[in-house]
Amino acid sequence: MVEAGAAPKVSLLRRQVSRIGRALTTPLLPDDYFALVRPSWSTRELTGKVVRVRRENGGAATIVIKPNTPLGPHQPGQYLRIGMEIDGIRHWRAYTITSDPGHPEGVVSITVKNAPGGRMSPVFTQQVRPGREVFLGEIEGEFTLPDPPPERTLFLSAGSGVTPVLSHLRELDRRGSLTDAVHIHSARTADEVIFGEMLRSIAERCDGYRLVEVHTADQKRFSPDDLDEMCPDWRERVTFLSGPQELIAAVEERFEDEGLSEQLNTERFQPVIGNGGGDGSGGTVHFRVSDCDAECGPGVSVLVGGEEAGATLPFGCRMGICHTCVGRLKDGALRDVRTGSITEASGQMVRTCINAPEGHVEIDL
Amino acid sequence: MPYDENNPLYSLTPHQLDEIGKIFDDMHEEVMNDLGETDARYIRNMIKLHRQLGLVSRAVLVFSKYKPAWVIGTAGLSIAKILENMEIGHNVMHGQWDWMNDPNIHSSTWDWDTASPAAAWKHSHNYVHHTFTNIIGKDKDVGYEIFRVDARQKWHPGYLLQPLANVILMVAFEWGVALHDLDFDKIKSGEKSKKQVWDELKGIGRKARRQILKDYIAYPALSGRSGYKSTLKANAIANVVRNVWSNAIIFCGHFPDQTFMFTEDEVKDETRGGWYVRQLIGAANIDGSPLFHVMAGNLSFQVEHHLFPDMPSSRYQQIAPRVREICEKYGLPYNTGPLRKQWGTVQRTLLRLAFPGGGPRPKPGPYVAAKEEASDHERVPAFP
Repeated sequence: MVEAGAAPKVSLLRRQVSRIGRALTTPLLPDDYFALVRPSWSTRELTGKVVRVRRENGGAATIVIKPNTPLGPHQPGQYLRIGMEIDGIRHWRAYTITSDPGHPEGVVSITVKNAPGGRMSPVFTQQVRPGREVFLGEIEGEFTLPDPPPERTLFLSAGSGVTPVLSHLRELDRRGSLTDAVHIHSARTADEVIFGEMLRSIAERCDGYRLVEVHTADQKRFSPDDLDEMCPDWRERVTFLSGPQELIAAVEERFEDEGLSEQLNTERFQPVIGNGGGDGSGGTVHFRVSDCDAECGPGVSVLVGGEEAGATLPFGCRMGICHTCVGRLKDGALRDVRTGSITEASGQMVRTCINAPEGHVEIDL
Repeated sequence: MPYDENNPLYSLTPHQLDEIGKIFDDMHEEVMNDLGETDARYIRNMIKLHRQLGLVSRAVLVFSKYKPAWVIGTAGLSIAKILENMEIGHNVMHGQWDWMNDPNIHSSTWDWDTASPAAAWKHSHNYVHHTFTNIIGKDKDVGYEIFRVDARQKWHPGYLLQPLANVILMVAFEWGVALHDLDFDKIKSGEKSKKQVWDELKGIGRKARRQILKDYIAYPALSGRSGYKSTLKANAIANVVRNVWSNAIIFCGHFPDQTFMFTEDEVKDETRGGWYVRQLIGAANIDGSPLFHVMAGNLSFQVEHHLFPDMPSSRYQQIAPRVREICEKYGLPYNTGPLRKQWGTVQRTLLRLAFPGGGPRPKPGPYVAAKEEASDHERVPAFP
């Protein structure tokens, strides 16, 4: 399997027409023929068009996208997978949604920082023009504000990690809850602070928002030890953290040392495989297509077990995000290694990277 | 003592085999790295062409009770089905277009307009046939478990029916392929669990039901009471045309006299280079025009396809001259010939081996590039 866009919401009537029409179009879908007239008429995958591109500080750009079928509602801080074709090859990345929820035109925007040598970000920041087709995934992400919002907050961000924080600040501002927020943000220079003007204008207008900028070109890099000085009451605040891996690791360590991990919310874009519900019993897997048998110890995913047994299996993120590794579960039960929840076979597609067998499992891969 | 002394596997040194392995690996990498927008456009346009042609043909067939509509519609639908099965379905399901990362043109999601369900076919074809190509006993496509295509396969009286079974398989090829995927040898030996056999049978049943509903009930019904029968006939004939054509192209891929078959002993401890050579001499091409190659799903470049099963078919023609150069350099044959010759030798073998006995067929020997007409130029001075 390969990473694909989300399934668009389709009216009941359209679904019925599609189901009946399939008798004539099998193994294709009626949608494949509608797409001959206009590609956007296909509801196989959620697609959209770039409608506006706005340059931002620090070589970033905000890309405004109009989905071809309405996207569900999102909460500030959530992200969206976006796919784009570059020289015949489709690539996917996850980006924070920077537009406000419920935009009147039904558009969403993402803000992309140019990562030199990257595959997608240079295209977004330098080449994309209105009209470019994009593929849209599901709205995902747990890095959201609790309801009701906490009274005292601390936001720690660096570089493009500011994008979900801006969404949070705008939401708090809209709701009149921006009463006591401290925001420590790191960027190379003042000019390179993405959304710098917007953040500074909120700070000017709003007494409840204090912005501390750290410009690493001429200042010492921010470290968690600076917290006591920059925000002495940080231990009493609910903290939101978004930035590069090193920053996340350092801040998490500090919070853990002080026993405050519960107060810390982190955006990692990628869930870490933990083991929410114990490791289970493990089991055996028969890969029917590869004709391979594997044994998985407790907590060992179907993917890892299969690879160790010599099967060539599809994989992508290996974290449960991209759905590249899915195969059809024909028999047996699987345990989600992140949550511990059990899935019984009913011929559904399952992700091999985050599921471990419980007993014997038959899978079409 | 080799069965066929002409088998080039015995004349190549281990060093030469290593060189050949390296050359073909590099060629594969070079082409795969070069794929881009133009290639993507090729397969998208091909898919679009098939859908448009199919749609128009089906529309014309609504009026199939009128003779001209019947002829045009049946011809169009036959061509559409051939394109769909060969240049599109077979090649997409080989993963030739997976590099595009497009979930709708991908080996893991594609299904084709034929009786054989995708997953089962991918196992029996992509894995079993393309890995163990032409190894008697391991490649189930050597005679498809029903034909004797090499004299080393032990004869039994059942093979006397081979000529008849051959004709039946031509006409009903898609159903033969669907059943072949079940792998009767494995069922008999108990290697396949009962549950898996049952699941696979259900899969074939599901696919068959949809295919039959479409071609023999739904579309004929669109033609109304007076046109039902003629559309049903048109669809049946389009399926048969596709069956006979794909059967011919596929049988010409491995069973002409030129090709070599192997025993398990012969390929023990095979190197990467040895694998390439087995693919190279185990397959045979068919000469033809660009249009013919597209209609053959570029399986008329069976040699190139077997060297690189996951390379987009549109690139085979481009690498063919380089493959021939390698054949010439290492004294290897490059099997090819016109359709009537290739198909003729296949049919002769199927008839001959229905009876006991038989032996190796004559082989073409090392490939020698046809010399340019340069000598003529030398003899007749240029004018003015």
